[in-house]
Amino acid sequence: MFVSYKWLQEYVDLTGVTADELAEKITKSGIEVEGVEVLNEGIKGVVIGHVLEREQHPNADKLNKCLVDVGEDQPVQIICGAPNVDKGQKVAVAKVGAVLPGNFKIKKAKLRGEESHGMICSLQELGVETKLVAKEYSEGIFVFPGNVTVGEDAISELNRDDQVLELGLTPNRADCLSMLGVAYEVAAILGRDVKLPNPEVQTTSEKASDYIKVTVEANEDNPLYVAKVIKNVTIGPSPLWMQGRLMAAGIRPHNNVVDITNYVLLEYGQPLHAFDYDRLGSKEILVRRAKNGEEIVTLDDAKRTLTEDHLVITNGSEPVALAGVMGGANSEVQSDTTTVLLESAYFKGLTIRGASKDHGLRSEASSRYEKGIDPNRVRLAAERAVEMLALYAGGEILEGSVEVDTLKVEPAVVSITLEKINSVIGTTITADEVISIFEKLRFEVTSDNETFTVTVPTRRGDITIEEDLIEEVARLYGYDNLPKTLPVGASTPGKLSAYQQKRRVVRKYLEGTGLFQAVTYSLTSEAKAAQYALEQREPVALAMPMSEDRSKLRLSILPQLLEVVKYNLARQNDSVSVYEIGTVFLGKGNEEQPEEREHMAAAITGLWNLHQWQGEKKEVDFFVLKGILEGMFAKLGLQTEVEYRQTAIEGLHPGRTAEIYLSGKKIGFIGQVHPTVQKELDLKETYVCELLLEAILTADVSPLQYEAIPKYPSITRDIALVVDQGKAAGELESIIKEAGGSLLKEAKVFDLYEGEHMEPGKKSIAFSLRYFNPEKTLTDEEVTKVHDKVLHAVEEKAGAVLRG
Amino acid sequence: MQERLKELQQEALEAVQKAVDLKELNEIRVSYLGKKGPITEVLKGMGKLSAEERPKMGALANEVRDIISSGIEEKQKVLEEEAVQKKLASETIDVTLPGRPVNSGNHHPLTRIIEEIEDLFIGMGYTIAEGPEVEKDYYNFEALNLPKGHPARDMQDSFYISEEILLRTHTSPMQARTMEKNEGKGPVRIICPGKVYRRDNDDATHSHQFMQIEGLVVDENIRMSDLKGTLDVFAKKMFGDDREIRLRPSFFPFTEPSVEMDISCKICKGHGCNVCKGTGWIEILGAGMVHPNVLEMAGYDSTKYTGFAFGMGPERIAMLKYGVDDIRHYYTNDIRFLKQFSMHE
Repeated sequence: MFVSYKWLQEYVDLTGVTADELAEKITKSGIEVEGVEVLNEGIKGVVIGHVLEREQHPNADKLNKCLVDVGEDQPVQIICGAPNVDKGQKVAVAKVGAVLPGNFKIKKAKLRGEESHGMICSLQELGVETKLVAKEYSEGIFVFPGNVTVGEDAISELNRDDQVLELGLTPNRADCLSMLGVAYEVAAILGRDVKLPNPEVQTTSEKASDYIKVTVEANEDNPLYVAKVIKNVTIGPSPLWMQGRLMAAGIRPHNNVVDITNYVLLEYGQPLHAFDYDRLGSKEILVRRAKNGEEIVTLDDAKRTLTEDHLVITNGSEPVALAGVMGGANSEVQSDTTTVLLESAYFKGLTIRGASKDHGLRSEASSRYEKGIDPNRVRLAAERAVEMLALYAGGEILEGSVEVDTLKVEPAVVSITLEKINSVIGTTITADEVISIFEKLRFEVTSDNETFTVTVPTRRGDITIEEDLIEEVARLYGYDNLPKTLPVGASTPGKLSAYQQKRRVVRKYLEGTGLFQAVTYSLTSEAKAAQYALEQREPVALAMPMSEDRSKLRLSILPQLLEVVKYNLARQNDSVSVYEIGTVFLGKGNEEQPEEREHMAAAITGLWNLHQWQGEKKEVDFFVLKGILEGMFAKLGLQTEVEYRQTAIEGLHPGRTAEIYLSGKKIGFIGQVHPTVQKELDLKETYVCELLLEAILTADVSPLQYEAIPKYPSITRDIALVVDQGKAAGELESIIKEAGGSLLKEAKVFDLYEGEHMEPGKKSIAFSLRYFNPEKTLTDEEVTKVHDKVLHAVEEKAGAVLRG
Repeated sequence: MQERLKELQQEALEAVQKAVDLKELNEIRVSYLGKKGPITEVLKGMGKLSAEERPKMGALANEVRDIISSGIEEKQKVLEEEAVQKKLASETIDVTLPGRPVNSGNHHPLTRIIEEIEDLFIGMGYTIAEGPEVEKDYYNFEALNLPKGHPARDMQDSFYISEEILLRTHTSPMQARTMEKNEGKGPVRIICPGKVYRRDNDDATHSHQFMQIEGLVVDENIRMSDLKGTLDVFAKKMFGDDREIRLRPSFFPFTEPSVEMDISCKICKGHGCNVCKGTGWIEILGAGMVHPNVLEMAGYDSTKYTGFAFGMGPERIAMLKYGVDDIRHYYTNDIRFLKQFSMHE
């Protein structure tokens, strides 16, 4: 809502309060003022001029040579390019020395050999947006009515020596979608009076009811319809001050009748509609739901197909307006209109909201109906409008109105105690202060032993319960005056859950190894949603996606991380190491919430280590990423529970992929992205993993227990085993560990050889075995006994031969 | 004989003096003091001496031996020290060369902000409540006093899966869920962080997915002044002790009264500048007293229990704290962006 500071002064005395100060006060007590616009900012020296002569510029087809009286001793010559400039017009002239918006200074100039002493201005040149300029002047200069005085300040004639407060209204404060509503609010804040308009209407002896019959079929959608008839109107421009106020409020002036309906809409917040009575095609108004497939051409010349959900005003047979949204072109007020049917009605918000949404049409009227209007202003606004139609359109008002009224208006009555107010706000406000606040708001209040009974005016439909009254008291008391306290009462231990703590440990650990945390989108394309999913499921789909790229919920994080790698590689970030912890969604049909699981995924590419001047350089590989995961499992005490099994997964390198098992349950995978996929995505060799993090963080872990520092030495024996190429080191390790029993403390791979000195199809894996007894020093014989058992086991179970 | 010994002493000491390394010195030791050395040779002639002279000469010979040997020892120390110095000199490195880089990643800036806020409130007795990102319409809207057809639903156009299921538009559903779980009893003190989704086209200031952190306190006798005090503590810890807060009335369907909280601008200290658009204040969060309908729907007696709630956007807070100028940076994950958030302030 745009509020003209000058207009507001008609209702509230603003003496001593500048527009900026007012904005600050309004913001602090409830409605955010998003800005204060100075309409005449940067404009100086623009006056009313009278075009005495106009002739074609001798050297330019599109220019006019004008002689203009600007209220000085001598008229001046001005060259003007506007197509509509003509002799006899009163126009806005920027004299030599004037300044226009954008610090545009007017100087004496020569245009194609002819001198020009100033500029005749369009409204746009005076800072008015094109969409607010009346259509007839939007391509040229603005022409003033003949009664303005030459030499006077044109800006003040246009009512643009004004400031406009832009209110950012929350949906509950629909009352401030009217100047009167804002006036009540400002009066309450300043503690001043509100002056209301008091329409005075003289009517003719003819009765409105002789001209029109009103029937409402849809009483629930339209509980109150008021029709008035005005005869003998003369269509023309509305007064300049009215046009100025409309433009300040963001509404384009049209003609006096339309402008008056808009003016009263702004003043009272009551939408009005003027029909051309003679174009209605009948003497009847019938309000009903539209028929499916029924059509109407609205004022914006759009043909709209209606359904039963839409409410229409008809002439008994055909729609003449889409109720509460926009009038029909068939009954539009035009320059030859003489008799006007004025509609002031109360339509149900939900009905209007639906129609406005269905047709993508939000009008000043529909946005007010949607949020709720004051039922007590329906008749008042009609009275105000006809008063103005008489004054500014020469209309004769027929006696009475034709109404259908099934509306029951009952103001809300809410009671509250002083104790409740103070205990919720945390203050010690007195009963007198509370009463004074309600009185400033013009709420009727009675008090009985510190219990207040408040009758809420119908304009404040947002106030229905105690808490609403508490807010009114609190905001006018001032939040600045509220004390700062902290909650008292039972204390609560604040801490992270075990799960949340472990997740933080994992994050810190992964980052410590060199991975950066990424955050990507949960919504993705159909193609990517299930790629690399740990568990295949139909992806959850949005009912109305904004694009195909963001239409499904992901089943895996990895495709998003590969996008991150791709993005970085394309920008000269040659080494990328990222991880993400996030949710994936396993659908259970559209009528149920999907199962949400927390995953961890990582992707690394490029160099892992680079210490150039010492000649150290390490590309990422499978074992870099595996090492990171091993460290993570160790950090969580799960290292002995984890197993890696060679496997093939679509989209990953078939020879470089493992599934990861935790206590025998599959929880994820690790591998290299398949070279074909790498090529498709423009990636270099990239290693990735994705794990069901929640399984890892909720796994049972034995509590940390101290183990004695060894008192006795351990004995190490190294063995090199020759085995078939396909034999897995992990398998050998388990055989060794099993055979080594409790004395074998550790078995570590320290060498792998596959080369020319080996028999084809064979490889050599060297293990370092460390034997240890915490009770005593081991003897050679004891070790040899176990060691032989180990050698025997690997030979028997894996065909391993000790390398000579 | 005596003279010969003195001569030898003189000769040996001169040779020691001239020795340039330990090897040479050792050769000198062997040649003068060894079993075949000249002193032994001289002593062989002792047999010719009288019984009186023999011990004197023996003593002298020993004296010469000691003198030579301590001379050698002294020289050895010098040479050893020289050798050490030489070795050290040869081992000199250029300490200005760069060190071996240690791999290190870091939190995403949003996680950084969220953890900071979590920790701050944990210190005040809050726990962290997390919940589903795909919600029931009931928890996302209805339980928060936003019945179907409520005009405020327009304020947050949503991604629906079906009529009753949608991507949550705020983390407030966790408030409703937590209250429901507590079965009408207090105290409740929670912080709910998480991802939320709204139908917005992604641009510099909008994102269809973003983070939110909300807080909720429900108990007997929770007052609006408690909300103000809590937010004041939050603002000062998060943004600095010199920051002031200001509450402005606002509207949210789930709170009544509702407020928005501004903090004084750090750049201009409240005098007005570009960052705060001349107002001296920067909008940080929305808050309010829990609407009685919300309490009642979650099973609380609203005549006995009151509560406050607040909610804010980590993206915006990170923008204010670190000067990030485009919300899309948070989701494109450019390494050059992510790397900038490693420093501990």
